[in-house]
Amino acid sequence: MSSSDFDPRLVYLSPKDNICVVAQRLEAGARVLVAGETIEVASTLPIGHKIAVRAIAKGETVLKYGAPIGSTTAPVARGEHVHTQNLQSDYIPTYERDGDGAFQG
Amino acid sequence: MTQTMTGYLRNDGRKGIRNVVVIAYLVECAHHVAREISFAYRDKDVHVIGFPGCYPNGYALRMMESLCTHQNVGAALLLSLGCEGFNRTGLAATIAKSGRPVETLVIQQNGGTAKTIAAGIEWVGQALEQIDGVTRTEIEPSELVVGTICGGSDATSGITANPAMGRAFDLLIADGGAGIFEETGELIGCEGYMADRAATPELAAEIEACMDKTVRYYATMGHASISPGNSEGGLTTIEEKSLGAYAKSGASDIAGLIKPGDRPPTGGLYLLDVIPDGEPRFGFPNINDNAEIAELIACGSHVVLFSTGRGSVVGSAIAPVIKVCANPETYRNLADDMDVDSGRILEGRATLDEVGQEVYDLIKNVSNGAQTKSEALGHREFILTYKSFEPIGPSCLPMAS
Repeated sequence: MSSSDFDPRLVYLSPKDNICVVAQRLEAGARVLVAGETIEVASTLPIGHKIAVRAIAKGETVLKYGAPIGSTTAPVARGEHVHTQNLQSDYIPTYERDGDGAFQG
Repeated sequence: MTQTMTGYLRNDGRKGIRNVVVIAYLVECAHHVAREISFAYRDKDVHVIGFPGCYPNGYALRMMESLCTHQNVGAALLLSLGCEGFNRTGLAATIAKSGRPVETLVIQQNGGTAKTIAAGIEWVGQALEQIDGVTRTEIEPSELVVGTICGGSDATSGITANPAMGRAFDLLIADGGAGIFEETGELIGCEGYMADRAATPELAAEIEACMDKTVRYYATMGHASISPGNSEGGLTTIEEKSLGAYAKSGASDIAGLIKPGDRPPTGGLYLLDVIPDGEPRFGFPNINDNAEIAELIACGSHVVLFSTGRGSVVGSAIAPVIKVCANPETYRNLADDMDVDSGRILEGRATLDEVGQEVYDLIKNVSNGAQTKSEALGHREFILTYKSFEPIGPSCLPMAS
């Protein structure tokens, strides 16, 4: 895979990566080329968020910049948003500001 | 573009790029008086710094000694309530020994709030006149020390601003200057890469030990250095944030590992260990970005590069902060607070090399007196809290020093 396999609104940082990064906000329903295949974006993705470039099994390592950034907690389909709902740190957890995912100190 | 800059020659031989009077409160109880004195000089470089605690702390004393004798500082006024534990006589002696004008006002011995404010305003006025006569001197790029930090990060920080600042570091270091990168809590996951870049195997071992300590420390805290805003900006895990933060270091070999208050003995790239030694005792290592900026300045940084994706607006007391905005949407929203628009890279309007050169040129311009956006807006944030450190080991610095 090379960057020509990707929509210009996406950045594919390293050929080892199983995710790419949104470089310009994508509205829900937008159609973008991901790893040579056109996919429809399920929900609006702000700049900087990640999209799976291939199917990723549960427990697999996610690579960005060619380096590990954590492990999946659920199977991820190609084109799916990769974030806190399906990816966790291999070191220390990430928390949300409110709700069940908030840090209790 | 300026190659040689003009700055201020201190009696201890160091060269500053600003001529600041610091007003340092030595316990929160003296903070109001310090602030009121500074309000009389809002249009001057009169900055308030301080330590809020009543219990003494060796790290805090060393930080205040380093900051009050920083090359950008011309004179210091110390504000004490009178009963706190801070070693005010030791601090005043260190400042006096550096050749800087220094005065200590103890509120309990000066008749209270109003009288101390009046005495402080008078002393600062005299100090400003006195330091206006400081000898001007030429500064070469090889004499500069530059710190780097990221704050209010999002996933664009590690793609545009941090790599661009890394390029600027490469240019600075090629000219003989020193660059300091830090936030070891935001380098979790990068330990192997950093060890590979260490100048010696002994330094590599020191870096690995430092990172082991870091992971242990944050695991005890139960919360990594990653905020809800980072996550909203696309950063999912601490190691993802770290890889982006690590790009600030550029491509040079790592010459040494220092701790807050240690100054780089040579040019080159230095890693600043900000995680306290020993068992975790005082809570989170750096409770916000300004705690880290203060440490970079205590290590002698003339200027601090600050990358932001979400849009931090802070500056700092003592040293100018250059804001490099990573996210093009944020830049359009907060342009008045940003010095560099590195989000252009994401939109194909500039290359990393071009922005790296722009950042380096701006370092030299700011070192020659140009104001940064945060300086012009009056940002002079400062915070210092409790920590404890052991001295660095013998393998941490280059042999030549």
